[in-house]
Amino acid sequence: MNIDKRLVRKDSLEKLFDILKQNSKTIYAPFSKNGKTSFMDAKSFAGISTGHIQTSESSKDIAFPRAEKILDYSKNKEGMSVKGIDFADIPEVVLWGVRPCDAIGIGELSSIFNWDYKDEIYNNRLSKVTVFGFSCNKSDEYCFCTSVGGNPGNTAGSDILFTRMGEDGDYLAEIITEKGLTVVSLAQNLFEKSETLEREKFLAEVPVRFNHEEIRKKLDKFFESKEWIEESLRCLGCGACAYVCPTCACFDIQDEAHGKKGSRVRCWDSCGFSHFTVHTSGHNPRGVQSARWRQRIMHKFSYMPERLSVYGCTGCGRCSRACPVDMNILEHLISIQEVTV
Amino acid sequence: MMDNLYMPYLMRIDRITYEAPGVKTFMLKFVNEADQEKFSYKAGQFGEYSVYGVGESTFCIASPPTRKGYIECTFRQTGKVTNALSDCEEGSIIGFRGPYGNVFPIEEWKGKNLLFIAGGIALPPMRCVIWNALDLRDNFKDVTIIYGARTVKDLVYKDELKDWELRKDVKLVTTVDPDGESPDWKGEIGFVPTIVEKIAPSSKGTIAIVCGPPVMIKYTFPVLAKLGFTDESIYTTLENRMKCGFGKCGRCNVGKVYVCKDGPVFTLAQLKELPDEY
Repeated sequence: MNIDKRLVRKDSLEKLFDILKQNSKTIYAPFSKNGKTSFMDAKSFAGISTGHIQTSESSKDIAFPRAEKILDYSKNKEGMSVKGIDFADIPEVVLWGVRPCDAIGIGELSSIFNWDYKDEIYNNRLSKVTVFGFSCNKSDEYCFCTSVGGNPGNTAGSDILFTRMGEDGDYLAEIITEKGLTVVSLAQNLFEKSETLEREKFLAEVPVRFNHEEIRKKLDKFFESKEWIEESLRCLGCGACAYVCPTCACFDIQDEAHGKKGSRVRCWDSCGFSHFTVHTSGHNPRGVQSARWRQRIMHKFSYMPERLSVYGCTGCGRCSRACPVDMNILEHLISIQEVTV
Repeated sequence: MMDNLYMPYLMRIDRITYEAPGVKTFMLKFVNEADQEKFSYKAGQFGEYSVYGVGESTFCIASPPTRKGYIECTFRQTGKVTNALSDCEEGSIIGFRGPYGNVFPIEEWKGKNLLFIAGGIALPPMRCVIWNALDLRDNFKDVTIIYGARTVKDLVYKDELKDWELRKDVKLVTTVDPDGESPDWKGEIGFVPTIVEKIAPSSKGTIAIVCGPPVMIKYTFPVLAKLGFTDESIYTTLENRMKCGFGKCGRCNVGKVYVCKDGPVFTLAQLKELPDEY
């Protein structure tokens, strides 16, 4: 569909929020507390953060929760009864204030959950989410969306993208999808027609730091490089990078038993953990941290493009911000580009 | 409710066979007949077996698709789930989801000799394809099975080994590692690669299927090469750690290849294309 551009006055956002609430939408929005900005169930408009560059964690858990029940079982006299998820219990959600690098990450996650086998648990959760993207008007040294095909005003992945026109200005709303249009129809009068809508000059400037296609080509011959060892010597294998990443989808499946009842739970995992690939025999195909760091980069910049036709990185920079030992993915990618193979 | 990829079939343990120390075979039947009717698989495929409240574990389907109405799995008690499985009794209900992965291209092997080489607990993935071939015996020429374990006690499927030994249309060679023999042992003594070299099966019109511990596989491939086997005529299976079984959880890949989707069956030619990360 054609992108429809509308004006939303700055004091109309709260009205929009209230109308959505009246229509029984659950709204997840970013709130800042103790230096951390996180998506939370927003009970009221007051306090929604707008000044942050990036939330501390991505918004992926809206469709891919960090620990998600995939079935319940109970043992009884007759044997066993097992029940899956009732998708009707999943609420309609508006994800409010998503940065374009997270919004585009949803598509990358969807590629993982839908190549070949279709993961209907993920798809059902996502089908109930309407994404309100908010363009970036500032960036920091960790941001590199423009190096991986994105930009601070990218519409991909958002149902409606809001761009604030000036520091205390009104918003330009770009209505991108049918889902977005449905929301607009609930509050038609807040989305005004206007001739004077401009966005480019209000967007953050994020310089292009490397060419992701070139990196991909280089990685084909880079598997045995010593760079992996040098770059990962200080890696703690803590998995923080994977937990904050909008596209990391590796998971574990564990059972939780409570007497005769219990659940099977799908939980976030990380290829950075030493036990991630270890066999029952004790053999570990990725036995050292450098092999695990290599897997992380290769998966995102070589294997995913090859198998799923998408890159597994949106340039959000969170992994570098979150790393307790200051490993920096951007610097590493630049160094891969500069090394001659 | 829509499809839930993670929902196992409920299976009743119909029979438990003690195979070797710590090794058991379960014959599993579908609790719901409708599940049984829509279920089909091919030799080489695997599944996730689960004890509710403990977790899931990945093994092959060890029975051939030519035998209907049940599936079998053989496992060694080593971790949390296999210990819990081992505690199960006949009649217990467990979970199974699958089949996953690719298959042995047994239709393409029509008219060929088949050479099966297995070590230890790796006979189960091969047993499925051995019985599949024997159930369609006329499709193949000579069938040779070379099977080794550390000790006589560790040999699995002892009754079936006897069957194969008695059959005129199967050549069975069993071996145990040096010092693994018992006083009445009549088979070979020596590591599997050594015995393969000694038996020297012809590579002409022969497909070799090799499953075993990594060290056995590593030393068997060069012996087969010496006997004239091409990389395309040698098949093996990879056994990487998995959680989902269908290409999502991110564990089993070797480079860009997913063992759960592109494998577990690979030719040696395909293995040689992979980075050394399995």
